[in-house]
Amino acid sequence: MARGIVTFSSDRCKACGLCILFCPKQIMGFDKTSINILGYHPVGLIKPEDCNGCGICAMMCPDLVIEVGRE
Amino acid sequence: MQRVLMKGNEAIAEGAIRAGCRGFFGYPITPSSEIAEYMARKMPTIGGVFVQAESELAAINMVYGGAATGARVMTASSGPGISLKQEGISFLAEGELPCLIVDICRGGPGLGGIQPSQADYFQATRGGGHGDYYIIVLAPSSAQEMMDLTMLGFELADKHRTPVMLMAEGTLGNLIEPVLVRDEVTEFVDKPWAITGCLGRQPNIVNTLHMPVEQLQTRNQHLTEKYQAIRSQEIRSEEFLTEDADLILVAYGIMARIAKKAVMNARSLGIKTGLIRPITLWPYPYGVVNKIAQTCKAMVSIEISTTGQMIEDIKLATAGKVPIHYIGEIARTPNPEEITQQLLVIAAKEGLI
Amino acid sequence: MKMIAKKPESLTGAKYHYCPGCSHGIIHRLVAEAMDELNIREQTIGICPVGCSVLAYDYFNCDMLEAAHGRAPAIATAIKRLLPDRYLFTYQGDGDLASIGMGEIVHASLRGEKITTIFVNNTLYGMTGGQMAPTTLLGQVTTTSPYGRKVEWEGYPAKMCELLSCNEGAAYICRTAVNSPANIIKTKKAIKKAFQIQGQGLGFTLVEVLSTCPTNWGLSPADSLKWMEEHMIPYYPLGEFKVKGE
Repeated sequence: MARGIVTFSSDRCKACGLCILFCPKQIMGFDKTSINILGYHPVGLIKPEDCNGCGICAMMCPDLVIEVGRE
Repeated sequence: MQRVLMKGNEAIAEGAIRAGCRGFFGYPITPSSEIAEYMARKMPTIGGVFVQAESELAAINMVYGGAATGARVMTASSGPGISLKQEGISFLAEGELPCLIVDICRGGPGLGGIQPSQADYFQATRGGGHGDYYIIVLAPSSAQEMMDLTMLGFELADKHRTPVMLMAEGTLGNLIEPVLVRDEVTEFVDKPWAITGCLGRQPNIVNTLHMPVEQLQTRNQHLTEKYQAIRSQEIRSEEFLTEDADLILVAYGIMARIAKKAVMNARSLGIKTGLIRPITLWPYPYGVVNKIAQTCKAMVSIEISTTGQMIEDIKLATAGKVPIHYIGEIARTPNPEEITQQLLVIAAKEGLI
Repeated sequence: MKMIAKKPESLTGAKYHYCPGCSHGIIHRLVAEAMDELNIREQTIGICPVGCSVLAYDYFNCDMLEAAHGRAPAIATAIKRLLPDRYLFTYQGDGDLASIGMGEIVHASLRGEKITTIFVNNTLYGMTGGQMAPTTLLGQVTTTSPYGRKVEWEGYPAKMCELLSCNEGAAYICRTAVNSPANIIKTKKAIKKAFQIQGQGLGFTLVEVLSTCPTNWGLSPADSLKWMEEHMIPYYPLGEFKVKGE
């Protein structure tokens, strides 16, 4: 199975949650342990090993937070 | 140079083409429409663009877009149309986009009438739209000057990156006179700021929004300095028999020609009279008017307007030094004899005869 | 590693000022991706409106011009006529395009100006605080239709694609939405097609994109998408309304 590499520009995240809502693998969530410069808990991968690099999270993200690569 | 008979409005259009204007965006309105008609005939034959816009608003915004490409572009209208264009003129001033706006005046307020008028003086010389700005305003007094000041207008617009208005009465627009047709302009300034697509360079932005306080203040300071530079470099006026004059007439446009004859009439009747003709209505020749106020005894503003508009600038220039009189009516140009009669009354009142 | 999603070159990468979950960011990216894929960034001139996307000149990495409210199509007309080999797009909201700029957009389409308009419809004036727009739905509460939009008071919502597709000068008129990955893919396809048809010189092109305004709708970003599906799409049906030659 293809493996996805997701990188986050966490400083840009406004925690709208659209990536979490649409992730087919349901492996994304807010990082409640950190607060970014905009005052939000930024989004991150809960189970990065399950990511197949479909790119839907980046597609739904309005703020260019997410880059997705696939191996 | 060829000498041909031309209507004032056509002299503007031909002058614009000779100045390199390749974009005309207009909306029909009497008494300016011949300019659009001339451009509609000519532009397609010289690789230029003519668009009859759906409204005055669209026309002035087409000028905004056209000027942003760096091309020499223009529009022409009359009072009610110029009122509608003021939004766009404010944006052009803030965007520092050079262009020519022609106002062939008609009487107002409201629809007014199509007869001669100089009642657009306020909306021309006071910026006209919202915000802190001025535009250069040129006032020709012959068909020849319709061509020459049009060409100068484009040059000043590019030199100072500002909209320039050419303001003339409907009479002048429709007057047919011999015109020496000037040579085509062949040298133009570079416009590295122009919006042309960013091939091989960083993107350019034309913008009039400055949200942070410091940004807006810096921006308006820059404009203020530019207006100061224009004031120091571009004031133009003509003086006629002012040196020994007791009574000074101030008139512009076609009124200045009529006033000149009245000056000669009055002199033949023993009143030492002279004339100042502002050619730039903004920047106004305050210095010239002030200087002459030191030696004359009274001044008269002659305008095609009932309320009197330029008279306010004469008052500013003279700062109470001499009494200021007014001769003016709307929708009609008085003949020199009528003016002379009124000058006799004023001269008597001032003890000049 | 193959990159599946990254910032397109046609965006500067400047951080957006938009509210959380606002669709403008997605639509900006789709326009930019279309420009990248067609390799037209350096030939493209964009014109931004007055409204939430007024600052779009900071976000698109091409020559940009900021217009007076509603006048973008007039500005684009002049630029395109003077520089016919460039690609022109206007980016306009529903207040800008369908209210104060109704004259400009109708006449640009009647003249068949070879420009592309990206029309973002979120049913209200966002930047000024959620006032009623011509696109506000019947019954929808806004700050200036506090009792809900009523036909007898405010008339009917403007269906711009239906209106503009009647004009002979219109070459491509399409309505899309950005409520799901599938619709986002369709939106990008439509924008790309509009640019291509502009390039072929066939006439005026417009893509209306239904978008969300979570802040002024008073809904979460997720609920906003649901609201769009339940209320906007039934009134503003998606699809191509006009494709010249098809």
